[in-house]
Amino acid sequence: MADAAALLPLNVITGFLGSGKTTLLRRLLDAPELADTAVLVNEFGEIGLDHHLLQRLDDEIVLLQSGCLCCTIRGDMSAALRDLYARREVGAVPAFRRVAVETTGLADPTPILATVMSDPVLCHHFRLGTVITTVDAVNGALHLRRQPESVKQAAVADRIVVTKTDIAEPLAVADLYRRLRQLNPSATLIAAPLELADPAALLTQDSYDPQAKSAEVRSWFAAVAADEPDEHGHDVNRHDDAIGAFSLVFDAPLDWTMFGLWLSMLLADHGEDVLRVKGLLNVRGSPSPVVIHGVQHIVHPPAHLDAWPDADRRSRIVFITRGIERAAVARSLAAFQRLAAEGAPAC
Amino acid sequence: MCGLCGMLGGGEHWTNHPGEGGNRRRERLQQVTLLSRVLRAYGLTIEDWQGRSFLLGSRTGHTEIVDNLGAVWPAAAKLLGRRLDPLDPAFLAALVPGGRA
Repeated sequence: MADAAALLPLNVITGFLGSGKTTLLRRLLDAPELADTAVLVNEFGEIGLDHHLLQRLDDEIVLLQSGCLCCTIRGDMSAALRDLYARREVGAVPAFRRVAVETTGLADPTPILATVMSDPVLCHHFRLGTVITTVDAVNGALHLRRQPESVKQAAVADRIVVTKTDIAEPLAVADLYRRLRQLNPSATLIAAPLELADPAALLTQDSYDPQAKSAEVRSWFAAVAADEPDEHGHDVNRHDDAIGAFSLVFDAPLDWTMFGLWLSMLLADHGEDVLRVKGLLNVRGSPSPVVIHGVQHIVHPPAHLDAWPDADRRSRIVFITRGIERAAVARSLAAFQRLAAEGAPAC
Repeated sequence: MCGLCGMLGGGEHWTNHPGEGGNRRRERLQQVTLLSRVLRAYGLTIEDWQGRSFLLGSRTGHTEIVDNLGAVWPAAAKLLGRRLDPLDPAFLAALVPGGRA
């Protein structure tokens, strides 16, 4: 696997119809620090994107042999990225340093993430950057109630940009914030007007940025502390099959081998319902914390942080899931860790 | 790397420890030992295969070589003809006997 820091980041910009994706993208591309960005779009919209590296995608989804719907590979995107990279290598296009992909409003962004992370060629040249989701403050709550794509777009986000707050009712905006926070506490919620949104905070300051990664990882858990289950063990955010988030905290260092075994088993069986998992782990025998980051069945190569981002040395993991109970996950991981701690008997 | 599909093959998987100068051979042995313990709850066996792959076996004598940890689970589910669910209370009870799961 190539060194993640040397790979070209690919940002995904998604959001429901009319939520301001293209307006945001245009604003980001105006920023001088993002001048070396290539853009892939699903459709040329009404708002023109005047950019020198702009390419259109056609919808072609290739289902992997596993038959897993969430592990589909976007054949068109894979081909476009390979072609773009080949042209970059021979100097046929400027040496872009980043790629931004804008999805259609009705898109489930997961196949795009799967393509970047699991395509056997692309994953040696590109890595997933931040996923930015726009949510319209006027209609966003309605979309979240009625459109499963909208929920998924918010659930997989690293940054959620709430647009049109200036024309929405303040109470409705506050309710929308609460709903988004429940859905995805690990994402950074940005409500500033688009013209004030900081392009670097949205696109470049991620967990691979040497200067920003510590703060980025800390931000994953900032909103989660308030969401811990109550004293009776009830998880206030979990209801039936709805998408929601929960976190697990472990005081004792984790056995890495058993953790990897457990998570790979969990994702093999439940990956379609584990929309995102982000963790900062205290690994037994490791002097520095390990960061894990996954989308459904796919996990980024784990990385070490140079130092703990705060005084808390416990392992913390945030799960954004559909219909999976926190207690079941906690019980399972604890059982596997106990087995490792006791030492596996000879078989 | 797709944890479900094990697309890349060749033993490469995200669970291979991220550097820090660990002893890869020892980690590999530990992985096989723990994996064997987990799969025993399903009546399956697993062995190291040349330090790069795994040899997965069933009680009926079927064996299969799998490339990496991510590919073990779908291969085991295929051999068993059912899911391997780490959240299943019955499985956890078999894994950690005595009701301690």
